[in-house]
Amino acid sequence: MGIDFVVLSLVPLAIGILVCVSCALLGNFLVLRRQSLIGDAVSHVVLPGIVGAFIFTGTVAAGAMLLGAGIAAVLAVLLIEVVRRVGRVEPGAAMGVVFTTLFAAGVLLLEQSDTSSVHLDVEHALYGNLESLIWLAGGAGWPALLDPAALAALPPQLPRLALVTLAVVVFLLVFWKELVIGTFDATFAQSVGARPGPVGFALIVMVAVAAVAAFDAVGSIIVIAMFICPPAAARLMTDRLVPQLAWSVVFAVVSAIAGYVLAGYGPLWLGAAYSVSAAGMIATVAGLILALACLAGPRRFGTRLAARRRRQVLQSQSSISNS
Amino acid sequence: MTAFLTALALGAGYNTALVTIGAAILGGSAGAIGTFVLLRKRSLVSDAVSHGTLPGLALAFILMALLTGDGRNIVALMVGAAFSAGLGLFCVEWITRRTRLTEDAAIGAVLSVFFGFGIVLLTVIQSLQTGGQAGIAGYLLGSTAGMLRSEAETIAVAALATGAAIFVLRRPFTLVCFDEGYAATRGIDVRLTDLAMMGVLLAVTVIGLKVAGLVLIVALTIIPPVTARFWTDRPERMVLIAAAFGAAAGYVGAAISASDRGLPTGAVIVLTAAAFFTLSLVLSPVRGLMSGLATRLRFRRRVHERQGLLALARGEAIYDPLTIKVLRRAGHIRADGVATLEGRAAAAAAVREEALWGLYRRLHPDEAAALDHQGLAPIAKALPPDVVADLAARLDPAGAGAR
Repeated sequence: MGIDFVVLSLVPLAIGILVCVSCALLGNFLVLRRQSLIGDAVSHVVLPGIVGAFIFTGTVAAGAMLLGAGIAAVLAVLLIEVVRRVGRVEPGAAMGVVFTTLFAAGVLLLEQSDTSSVHLDVEHALYGNLESLIWLAGGAGWPALLDPAALAALPPQLPRLALVTLAVVVFLLVFWKELVIGTFDATFAQSVGARPGPVGFALIVMVAVAAVAAFDAVGSIIVIAMFICPPAAARLMTDRLVPQLAWSVVFAVVSAIAGYVLAGYGPLWLGAAYSVSAAGMIATVAGLILALACLAGPRRFGTRLAARRRRQVLQSQSSISNS
Repeated sequence: MTAFLTALALGAGYNTALVTIGAAILGGSAGAIGTFVLLRKRSLVSDAVSHGTLPGLALAFILMALLTGDGRNIVALMVGAAFSAGLGLFCVEWITRRTRLTEDAAIGAVLSVFFGFGIVLLTVIQSLQTGGQAGIAGYLLGSTAGMLRSEAETIAVAALATGAAIFVLRRPFTLVCFDEGYAATRGIDVRLTDLAMMGVLLAVTVIGLKVAGLVLIVALTIIPPVTARFWTDRPERMVLIAAAFGAAAGYVGAAISASDRGLPTGAVIVLTAAAFFTLSLVLSPVRGLMSGLATRLRFRRRVHERQGLLALARGEAIYDPLTIKVLRRAGHIRADGVATLEGRAAAAAAVREEALWGLYRRLHPDEAAALDHQGLAPIAKALPPDVVADLAARLDPAGAGAR
């Protein structure tokens, strides 16, 4: 836990935790609104967005990339609505049509444009490269955290993601009431003037912002996993919303830390001399947590399934006492 | 362009021709099975299936590399992919059935976790120092360039087999899609049919991996069926049309992609399918944008005509330019705005229609509300004759008494 840790692991770990927490917080509402796959769609269309931004500006400057990805994400959400309403296509299929088409367009644009000189490829957009975000200026070890010059040399992703996480928290605090009512009873929300439509769209925009800010550090796969797995696991732990959010944050942080450590050191423990993808490992750990919650979460059945099980138990008991 | 035409006419070499035909058969099978999956409202399950293939692909590659030194054995890779995709499918089913989580959350969780684990295994492969690593990367986005003849033949034959399976199972599939309960009374095992449907979907996905890539294969099972939905309301035709669109997209896409190096097969096929979709969205005679627009314009014209005629009957002046235009076109008024003989007859008829409809709405408000286009359709066509006769009798009892 010395200088090596500060230089090599501190920043990736912090970034991983920030990504996981911001995505998981928003994911709670996506899961409850049955919009889980919006996260999937949004993170796929990030690719055409960044390729388009590159072709348009000719640079790989972070600002242009993020803006391009953000525009693509909002455009995709609007297109899904258009296909759904105009074509009267069911929501899942409309989503499938739009995001696969945009992703294909991104792949084609990427192959057609000359991106060999810059670091821009499909694999990077899909699973990022968390391990490369090292902090060389942190060579002084822990004291570097107090050194302004060293702090200025932090990878720019870290302050950006900190800002996004803060924005997510502020968004949830400001629109908490509207979000909650709109999530559980959209008709009632409409009737009391909580504007479920605009607030729902704002939620999707926040999802796009979080996904876009996260993808260039960690790739889109971990983003999808974090939107869904921790909130889904948290949903199986409790029936109340605030505890669910708390559980999801805990699961997200555990996934980030455990995933990063397992990816970096797991193979070494097994005697191999390499490390594996941290983003992939974080997603895997999140999946394992969800699997555990599915098998043993105290509220895993919900009311409907629980009632059915109770009936079955009662029936079997009465048949035993009869016989 | 000439390279494209040559490829389209299957003249660009045996392998390219085989790949093009294989892609067409694959597109056809994917479109057909996708139709049933769409009608069952489970389109995005195929997203979980396709991402779920990655760990199996990677494990099969590692196993073959350790055993034989080369991981690029397409049959082994397909078996591995099918195995892990099947596991993913099982997880989606299990989570949806045994916990409170909904299917969308289950799909998203399975696809991201399986894909993430697959990425972990891919990084293991990168460190294995074995040959043919580019072979596995081709499965992410699909690549037909440099495909072996045996691979192309395997894909074509397997795609044909799934097509045959869909043909054999089309009746139970259709029944289960529309009415589970009725299907069950006809002696069809709904669970087994669902399982078969997902099995065929899985097979199509696995076969298509090499051509379209695992991120994009899902498009082949979603876009052609949605496109077909614009052209028909009958399931049998929808399956055929979806298969035709899928086959055309596969054929044209593979041919375009073969004509130039910088055109990745999967992306081009998907974009071709998307072009068909966009055209259908705009041009479809039943549900398209254009026909929707035409219906709206027609409706507007009829409203203006009716309002204009009522105004004529009341002897009021008409100022609205569109109303004047519509009435003139129909020959109800002359250029100076004076009603023609036909116009006066039509105005009287319109007044009577309005009166009959008004009476009907007052007497039978519920039935009237249930009618879609109340008021503008001729009442004799919208309602049964005995109801109209009754309304007419109530409207002018004297006339009815005279008869």
